[in-house]
Amino acid sequence: MNKQVELKGKRIIASKHVKLGQKNRKGQTYTDINDIFYKAEQTPNFLTGSEVIKEAIRRASVGTSVAYPITPQSEAAALIGELYAEDYLDEYFRGESEFAVMGQCAGSSFGGHRVFTTTAGPGTLRAMENFPMWAGSRLPIQVCVTCRGINSPLSIQPDTLEMHYLLETGMLVWHAETAQDLYDFILKGFIVAEQPDVHVPIAVCCDGFFVTHTKDTVNLSPEDLCLTPYNPYESPVTCMDMEIAPYRMMRDPFVMKSNYINYSTHASWQQEIKAAVERSRKHTIVLLNGLIDEENSDREILIVTSGTAVSQSREAIRLLEEEGIKVGLVKIKTIRPFPYEEIKRATKHAKHIFVPEFNVAGWMAREIKSTIRDNERVYCGPHVAGGMTMPSEVIVEEVKTHLGIKTAQNSR
Amino acid sequence: MSHYEVKAGPEAFLPPAAATMGNVLPDPGEAHIGGKIVPEEEAYEYAARKILGAKVPTIFPGPLVLWKWNDHVAAKATAIRELANEVPMRLIPMADYRPKYPKIDAAVEINPNHPNLTIWHNKIDVCIFIGVHCHQANLALKMIRASTSCYTMAMCAMAGHEDACLSFRDADLEKIQRLTAAVKKLKAEGVEVQANSFTQFQMDRSGFVVEPVN
Repeated sequence: MNKQVELKGKRIIASKHVKLGQKNRKGQTYTDINDIFYKAEQTPNFLTGSEVIKEAIRRASVGTSVAYPITPQSEAAALIGELYAEDYLDEYFRGESEFAVMGQCAGSSFGGHRVFTTTAGPGTLRAMENFPMWAGSRLPIQVCVTCRGINSPLSIQPDTLEMHYLLETGMLVWHAETAQDLYDFILKGFIVAEQPDVHVPIAVCCDGFFVTHTKDTVNLSPEDLCLTPYNPYESPVTCMDMEIAPYRMMRDPFVMKSNYINYSTHASWQQEIKAAVERSRKHTIVLLNGLIDEENSDREILIVTSGTAVSQSREAIRLLEEEGIKVGLVKIKTIRPFPYEEIKRATKHAKHIFVPEFNVAGWMAREIKSTIRDNERVYCGPHVAGGMTMPSEVIVEEVKTHLGIKTAQNSR
Repeated sequence: MSHYEVKAGPEAFLPPAAATMGNVLPDPGEAHIGGKIVPEEEAYEYAARKILGAKVPTIFPGPLVLWKWNDHVAAKATAIRELANEVPMRLIPMADYRPKYPKIDAAVEINPNHPNLTIWHNKIDVCIFIGVHCHQANLALKMIRASTSCYTMAMCAMAGHEDACLSFRDADLEKIQRLTAAVKKLKAEGVEVQANSFTQFQMDRSGFVVEPVN
């Protein structure tokens, strides 16, 4: 790294949008993100995660939202329809499928709108072809992924396997632990994704049902403040027609003219998308107050995870502490970009690292194992999947068993 | 703190994007030289010395300054022309980003899909990108670093380019003029222009009005 990104007192570069300070047709004032989160008073509200998504979008100056409502996983798409009826959005319509929705989102984003949609589980996979297309076309669309099981038979409960599929799409992938995270990440996610040096899509993920359907106290910014609109003139690519990249590339891709130079262009293009994801670190660190949160990370036993597995781990840590076992916690907020350096540093002193996950694959543990030295320290688990809950007692049991401490369960 | 140094190539069959090597873009008021973050002021003189020391210093103006989108752009284009005349530097446009088939005319244009062809053809040893969309500039900068020995600079109107050997950010009219002023100052101090003599080509819709002469 050529320069350390400082956190103390730093703010993301303030918006210079021409509409800054003006009012929209709903009487909301276009406001810089720094002022929305750090100056304005935040008021507690008791809301479901789906309602939180609605409230974030109310303040997000979204131009278009395309819906394939998949209730009961999340009511968010339907609730955003209510916002459209209240005139907060310019365009809102239903696609024929998740694949169609994501294509329509691309068209709207190419046209210069800020675009938001939601999906989950099988819908994410059905839409999958579009995500690298969004990234390759540098479209800063936001999709809220309310994670659920992806396989047959159907599950509407949380399972984070679909996030694994998103990791190499070229999108930013953030993982909210709580409804508060979800609110913050949606609003801040637009700002990071739309930075001219970033300008790639973002998936704001949360664990479906647990976050979307349960009520929690969430601090909301004032309803009369909204983000400054997306500025398509800050796009790192041209506006599109049939003769100009990137659309020309889709119609007449350079790889069809097979020679070294053309493949090299495509390779350079892929590198540029990865580079854009890397550039988001600088902006994300200041807006999210770091890519990870740490609690007692100097301890010899650590739990490192993301999403609601963090919440369950907190309670497990409390239970372990009652028995004199001290455990630290590292909460990962961004999966792409992955906080390699932060995790290396935070796990430096740990002898045992547990990675509880809501999926059968253990992809997060693999990410961590590939990041740190002496990765035999990483214990991949506990895992639950298919919509199972992860009781804190299960984490406690797993930690104690691994440490060779007898429990009623492991001594049977 | 170690960092990935962004140097003139040829570097590799497929060099990495500097951002993936941990290089961070400069903040407002800063620039980078070789990946090292420096005060912007320092970069003007460094860039001016590079330009004056080159045999074939060339500006690649992109679509953002080639068409009069607004009055500010017209003023920037005039300032770019003044910079080119002051050194003097060649002007070879990157007019759009289409792959050029069957063959690019490397003497008079550059393209982000095969920028090395223009560098090789004209033996360009120092270049400046101005007014090229960031995505296409980064594609081209990496490919130039891969297979040519050209020293690349970027006068970027947005956040800058890690893949250039030197990059300014937020490059508006004033910053282009400050680079010209830095060139003038060095010349006044006795730094001699090393550029080969040439005739800048001029074209209209019917073809050459003035042909390029090296």
